[in-house]
Amino acid sequence: MKYVDEFRDPAKARVLVHAITRRLDGIASRRQRPLQIMEVCGGHTHSIFRYGIHRMLPSTVEFVHGPGCPVCVLPMGRVDDAIALARQPGVIFASFGDAMRVPGSKHSLLQARAHGADVRLVYSPLDALQLARDNPRHQVVFFALGFETTIPATAMTLMQARADGVHNFSVFCNHITIIPTLRAILDEPQLQIDGFLGPGHVSMVIGIRCYDFIAREYRRPITVAGFEPLDVLQALAMVIDQIADGRCEVENQYGRIVPEHGNPLALAAMAEVFEPRENFEWRGLGSIAHSGVRLRAGFAAFDAERIFTLAHRRVADPGDCQCAEVLKGMIRPPQCRLFGGACTPQTPLGALMVSSEGACAAHFRYARHGMALPPAATTTSAATAT
Amino acid sequence: MTLRDTHVNMGHGGGGQAMRELIADVFVAPFDNPLLATMEDQARLPLAELAALGDRLAFCTDSYVVDPLFFPGGDIGTLAVAGTVNDLAMGGARPLYLSCAVVLEEGFPLEVLRRIVASMQQVAAQAGVQIVTGDTKVVGRGAADKIFINTAGIGVIARGIDLSARNARPGDIVIVSGHLGDHGAAILVARNQLALEADIRSDCQPLSGLVAAMLAVCPEIRCLRDPTRGGVATVLNEFATASGVAIRIDEDALPLREAVRGACEILGLDPLYLANEGKLLAVVPPAHADVVLAAMRAHPAGVDAAIIGEVIDQPAGMVFMQTGFGGQRVVDMLVAEQLPRIC
Repeated sequence: MKYVDEFRDPAKARVLVHAITRRLDGIASRRQRPLQIMEVCGGHTHSIFRYGIHRMLPSTVEFVHGPGCPVCVLPMGRVDDAIALARQPGVIFASFGDAMRVPGSKHSLLQARAHGADVRLVYSPLDALQLARDNPRHQVVFFALGFETTIPATAMTLMQARADGVHNFSVFCNHITIIPTLRAILDEPQLQIDGFLGPGHVSMVIGIRCYDFIAREYRRPITVAGFEPLDVLQALAMVIDQIADGRCEVENQYGRIVPEHGNPLALAAMAEVFEPRENFEWRGLGSIAHSGVRLRAGFAAFDAERIFTLAHRRVADPGDCQCAEVLKGMIRPPQCRLFGGACTPQTPLGALMVSSEGACAAHFRYARHGMALPPAATTTSAATAT
Repeated sequence: MTLRDTHVNMGHGGGGQAMRELIADVFVAPFDNPLLATMEDQARLPLAELAALGDRLAFCTDSYVVDPLFFPGGDIGTLAVAGTVNDLAMGGARPLYLSCAVVLEEGFPLEVLRRIVASMQQVAAQAGVQIVTGDTKVVGRGAADKIFINTAGIGVIARGIDLSARNARPGDIVIVSGHLGDHGAAILVARNQLALEADIRSDCQPLSGLVAAMLAVCPEIRCLRDPTRGGVATVLNEFATASGVAIRIDEDALPLREAVRGACEILGLDPLYLANEGKLLAVVPPAHADVVLAAMRAHPAGVDAAIIGEVIDQPAGMVFMQTGFGGQRVVDMLVAEQLPRIC
C-alpha cells in the first residue's frame, strides 16, 4: 500500500536496529542500567507493541510509556459528569468510540447507554454538530477529548456552530495540553527517564519550539516522532545518538508532517475559542496546573459546563493503583500490584488499562507473555510454504 | 394465490387466513420442496436416508440481525442460510435441512421480504440444502428492527470424521481459505457513517462444498472453524486454548485485500478481528498440508487459500504473530467490540 509500506520496510528496520545496537554498545560501559526513553504519545505505544518493536531492541534500552493517551487520563469524576449529562432528558450525548468504555466511579458511557441514556458514537465533532441540526428538539452535547491534536477541530466546530446559529449544540470540554504535564513529569525527583520521543500529531499543531525547555532546563534530549514503525525506530536512533554524543536538543524526525512553528491557523482557532484552566485533574497523575482548557466567555452559550449543573465531584483513583509510577518510568506495567489481576482490559481500574492505547492495555494485549515467547523464527514453515 | 398487500401488517401474524396466504406466497412457493409444501406443523425427515450418509447428526441454530439489511455481496437472507450451513460444515457435516423462523416488524415492505427470501433460496440451492419448516411472527412498529431471522440446521457427519478445536497438535499447519475481513469491512463501509468509499464486498457464501473437497483428500483434518464475529484472532485463540498448544502466524502470509487493509488503516482497526462470513480456518497435519491447500485452491470458495502459520507446543494457549516489520507480538482475544480510536 502506497505511503504505508515504505514506512514498514523490515530491511530498513534491521539497518536501524543494527545502528542503535552499535551506539548502545558504545555507551554501555558508562552506564549502570538500561537507557529509559519515554514515548509521550499513546499512538507510539500502540505502534511499539503492534509491530513488536520492543522485541527487536537490545536489553540496554527500554521504552517508558508516557501520559499521551487522552482517553486514559480522563478522571473518574469527569466520566461521572459525562454520564450525568447523557442522562439528562432531551440530551443526545455524542462521544468518540474509545471513550465509551472508560469507567467512571460506577459506570461507563457504554453501560449508561444500556441503561437508557442516549449516547451516540461519532467520528468527529462535525458529526456531532450535524446530529444537532438533524435533531432540533434535542440538546446535543459533544464529549470533547484530546490534546492539541483534536482541540482545533473542536474549535472550528464551535466557530461554525456560532456562525450558523445552531442553538442546540454544546461541548463538554475535557481538552488537555501536553506541555504542563511533561513539566510535571520532569519535576519528579525520582525520574529516571533519559530522553523522549516527542508527540507527533500534537507537534503538527504546536510546533517543536515549545519543547526547548526540556533540553535547556532539564537537560534531556527529545526527538519528535512519527507513528509508523520506521518513524519510531529512526527517532529512537536519533535520541540515542544525542545521548551518546552528550547533546540535549529538540530534533524533528517527523518533518514530513510537523512544521517547526506548528500550524498558525489551528493555533489561532484554539486561541479564539479556548483559554487555560487553573487546574485540571488527570487520572493517575492528579491535578496539574494549566493542563486543561475551557471555552472562553464568548462561547458560553455552547459550554455544557455552564448550561447544565454538574457535580464536579473528584473521585480518587483506586487505592492500590500505581499508574503514576508507571507513567514516570519508576515501574513497568507488569510490576504494578494490580496488573493482570484486579486490573485487566475487561475490568480496567487504572488509567493505563482503559484505552487500547494505554501502556498497560497495550502491554496486556500484545506483550503479556513477552518473556515467554519462543525466539523469533528466521523462516517459519508458514513463510516458506506460501 | 398472490398477496395484494404491499406491507406486513399485524394480520399477517394473526394465525388466520392472512398469515396462511403470506406463508404460502412468500415462503413456501420460493423455497419449493415437497417436505415444506405439506404445510404440516413439522417437517418429517427420512431417517434411513440420513443414516446412510454417516453415523452422527449435526444440529445447530443461529439468529441473524444485521444493519443494513442489504450490503455489497449479500443480505440478511444470504447470511441466514450461509451462516447456519457453515456452522454445520465446520463440524464436517453434510448440511441437509434448514428451518427458517422470521420475526417481522409491522410495516415491513413485502417486496423487500421477497428479495430476502429469494436470496435464502439461492444460497440454499448453492449449498444443496432444503428449507423444510418455518415460522412467522409479526410484532408492532418499534418492537423489532425490520426483520430478524433464525435458522436451525441438520446435517450428517460421515463415519471417521472427527473435527474439534481440541485436536490441534504441535507441527500442524494453519490454513485460511481466502482474504480476511471482507465481510466486516463491507458492513462498516455500507453503514456509511464514515463516508468511506471503497469497493469491498462481503465474502458471504456457503462453505459446505469446500469442506467436502478438503475432507475428500484428507479425512484427518484436525480443526475447522469459520472466523465470523471476533475474526481470525478469536478462532486461533479458541484452537490454542482448547488444544493446549501455541499457534504462530506470519503477518506477511495473511491474505488481505488492499481495500480492506486501507479501511483498517484509516479506522485504526485490526483485520485479524474483523468478521468473515465465507472463510474457514483449518488445522491440518503437516504431511497433508500441501494436498489440502491444493484441493482448496481448486474449489471456487478457496482459490485464495494460504498457509498462515503453524502449531507449536509452548506457551500453551497463546497465539502470536511474526510481524512483517520483523518483530513479534501476542494476538489476544478481543475484549469487546472493536471501537475506532480517537487519534
